[in-house]
Amino acid sequence: MNWQALALSVKLAFVVSVVLFVIGMPIAYWIAYSRWRWKFLVESVVALPLVLPPTVLGFYLLVAMGPRSPLGRLWLRAFGHSLSFTFEGLVVASLIYSLPFTVQPFAAAFRSVDQQLAQASATLGVSRLLTFARVTVPLSYAGIITGLVLSFAHTLGEFGVVLMVGGNIPGVTRTVSIDIYDQVQSLNYVSANQTALLLLAVSFLTLSVVYAVNRKVWAL
Amino acid sequence: MKTWLCLLLLLISVLAWCAPGEITVAAASDLTFALTEVAHRFELKTGNRVKLAFGSSGNFYAQIQNGATFDVFFSADLDYPRKLAASGLAVAPTLWVYGTGRIVLWVPADSPLNLGKMGMKALLDPSVQKIAIANPAHAPYGRAAKAALHNLKLYALVRDKLVLGENISQTAQFVASGNAQIGILALSLVVAPTMKDKGTYWEIPADSYPSIEQAAIIPTAATDKTLARAFLDYVRTPEAQAILREYGFQPPPETK
Repeated sequence: MNWQALALSVKLAFVVSVVLFVIGMPIAYWIAYSRWRWKFLVESVVALPLVLPPTVLGFYLLVAMGPRSPLGRLWLRAFGHSLSFTFEGLVVASLIYSLPFTVQPFAAAFRSVDQQLAQASATLGVSRLLTFARVTVPLSYAGIITGLVLSFAHTLGEFGVVLMVGGNIPGVTRTVSIDIYDQVQSLNYVSANQTALLLLAVSFLTLSVVYAVNRKVWAL
Repeated sequence: MKTWLCLLLLLISVLAWCAPGEITVAAASDLTFALTEVAHRFELKTGNRVKLAFGSSGNFYAQIQNGATFDVFFSADLDYPRKLAASGLAVAPTLWVYGTGRIVLWVPADSPLNLGKMGMKALLDPSVQKIAIANPAHAPYGRAAKAALHNLKLYALVRDKLVLGENISQTAQFVASGNAQIGILALSLVVAPTMKDKGTYWEIPADSYPSIEQAAIIPTAATDKTLARAFLDYVRTPEAQAILREYGFQPPPETK
């Protein structure tokens, strides 16, 4: 069992969920309440990673991170090394890959909050930001937890994108799904099975938490 | 109604008998270009159809173990076909070494590195941050690359710069996209039409790594063993061998 790979995956999933929480909130807020005519275009872009094959997304990212793209050159000049084959590179890739899994549950939860409550808060002179923090967010609890747990679980099981931009460096970009794949390729089926079983258990546990929260098992 | 059904069945069987045969061939991805051409010639000659599936030898090995019905399996090494033969999943006497692969250093066309002058020392150039090789844990070309680095006393010096591709084609992608500055690739890949103009290569001395013998075999579950044998026989002809050589595969050590 490769604990290093498992630890790396958990770290990656944790970092990605935290960052997605921060950037997902405003995007979801905008999607939930904007009345802009062309909003559907933004919604489509956010949902794209759900549809694109991970290898396609990974290939685009690999090219974008490379020294031949303007973005890649900019990063290279600023930090002295390319974003590909690094942990930060995996974080950036996973942010894009898991974005819909955060934003969509967030937006759905915000949308289902009774707007009269927010209006009441506004008539009492509370600013929009404070209304959002004190009224909308607490009422969207289940949706926010769903978004966070889904992005965590989705990043944990990520394979194609990591394969394309990671470069399989032990302790840096060799995540648990890549490790399982390598084990299978090297015909170490027993070891692959053990790791896969553990991943299955962790995934089941996380998903159970989501559904338990949604059913208000613990009456949050 | 019954008569019609019988007639229909008769028609189908006649058609099936007249129609040319079809085989499905699983082949290692380094054969992508060479075998496509060989199969095309075979189709023109015999009127049979050859469906080609390219991928990693390890994947095909697992698929054949789990009941995939490929008619011929061209592995990028000798181990997988041998294992299949040993476990009765492939017809042992059909095992045939069809060629040996070579590894090369490769840099993109816009690279400042002059491979002709520097040879293996190019790997130590300060401009090289990442070196792409195929995963030595399961890719035959990766195993050869690692062995060459060891034998030339370079492995310890470059270990922290290595990035591993899942197979040799993906390794090429790492270098061709500029993310890795240099890579150790298969000769068959870098002389292929899609890669030829994209960079330059330098052949790594053949005595610095164990030879990459590549073998084909007919799996026991093959649907059309006769046609599979005919195809293998065609690959043995001088005409097909010339195509393989053109794509960087050295002729097999002993030709039967």
